[in-house]
Amino acid sequence: MSNVPKQLQYTEEHEWVRREDDGTLVIGITDHAQQQLGELVYVELPEVGRILKTGDAMAVVESTKAASDVYAPLAGAVRAVNPALTAEPELVNTDPYGAGWLVRLQAADSQLSGLLDASAYTALLNAAD
Amino acid sequence: MGHQTPLYAEHVAAGARIVEFGGWDMPLHYGSALAEHHAVRQACGYFDVSHMTVVDVMGPDATAFLRRLLANDIAKLRQPGQGLYSCMLNDAGGVVDDLIAYWTGDDRYRLIVNAATRAQDLAWLARIADRDDVVLRHRDDLLMLAVQGPAARQLVAPLLPDGLGVAALALQPFGSVLQDDVFVARTGYTGEDGFEVVLPQPAGVALWQALAAAGAQRCGLGARDTLRLEAALNLYGQDMDAGTSPLISALGWTVAFEPGDRQFRGRAALELQKTAGVSEKLIGLLLEDRGIMRHGQRVLTPAGEGVITSGGFSPTMERSIALARVPVAATGLCQVEIRSALRAAHIVRLPFVRNGRVLVE
Repeated sequence: MSNVPKQLQYTEEHEWVRREDDGTLVIGITDHAQQQLGELVYVELPEVGRILKTGDAMAVVESTKAASDVYAPLAGAVRAVNPALTAEPELVNTDPYGAGWLVRLQAADSQLSGLLDASAYTALLNAAD
Repeated sequence: MGHQTPLYAEHVAAGARIVEFGGWDMPLHYGSALAEHHAVRQACGYFDVSHMTVVDVMGPDATAFLRRLLANDIAKLRQPGQGLYSCMLNDAGGVVDDLIAYWTGDDRYRLIVNAATRAQDLAWLARIADRDDVVLRHRDDLLMLAVQGPAARQLVAPLLPDGLGVAALALQPFGSVLQDDVFVARTGYTGEDGFEVVLPQPAGVALWQALAAAGAQRCGLGARDTLRLEAALNLYGQDMDAGTSPLISALGWTVAFEPGDRQFRGRAALELQKTAGVSEKLIGLLLEDRGIMRHGQRVLTPAGEGVITSGGFSPTMERSIALARVPVAATGLCQVEIRSALRAAHIVRLPFVRNGRVLVE
């Protein structure tokens, strides 16, 4: 069983989104996603300042077996990326909702449209089983 | 659902993540492919490789048959028990499959060939043996375990039947011993010392369980692939196939052109290639930039373009390594196209890692 924190929002592509007090959005991949990928050995993150459209490939997570794209859940500008992942990509496995975050985004739109809440995302995972 | 080995229930009970490989449902890992990899490099790991195809060749023409079938020469073997790595070639000199042939006794050999190519291999063997006085027996009644790592031999020996453990410890690399249908060879696919054990079903399951009790690490196909890539051992279907000759697959050393009158399948094509000179070679790449090289990516060298045949992350070196087919003149620095970005890499001597030690810089 994978962990789906109540306070976060999710996408069908197994990303999570958390709104910070300053209005920026922190994005990562879910516990389910990291379990499916297996141990990550490399994470490629976007340049700070890059402008993303919804659905743009913004990061790549690579396990020993394969590379997978991570898509921008919302449009916006990249404010920061997680510097710890260069040396420790496995943080995405060990702490996907905390130290394993990927990107901090300044959203173009203040509305978080098209995202799933925790119960809808849990339902999606259960339906796929 | 694919074929399952007799150890499938053991894998599931041990928490394996199962993947399809060559028509088989096999363990990818049991929690951590990286930990499994390191266990083999540092101590001992064991793999269920019962999906591999075991074929016994018996009869008065067995030696003559294998001397026609194989690009390497079985007559190099000096005494029963010895084994030989070889390719089987088609008439164009392409690789039908690679295998290890063991001399098991008078007019008897054991071939161990790949899993994914089973049907075509069995058909090919039958076709080449057409007019020979040999019997080909596909031993799908047997299990095969690979136990690998610096501690592997000492760990396995006491678990073998009476007398066999002592004989197994006396084996040279590529040597084998067969006792009452339990076969032990000092071979593997990891670049470490160890044994491959082929045995009947109840004993095979018991050995699997005894290895766990003895403290060895269960390993899946994920670790098998990273280990063999570090050891620069080719994977059939990826690093070579029916369209590539051993001469452009870093396997020229396995082709026995001498004696000159031995007519093996593919010989004429290989002699033409040798005379004309080949235009490509299979080499090792070390990525200097960050990122991971993968199968199919383009390699740009001053001598022309090449392609990565196997690429990935080396857990031992903690960086990306690859096998690539490039123009023969290519040396030194090159670039690899990873998701439309060009990354710096350089060509190195193979293998990357052997017996726990990194051999490249």
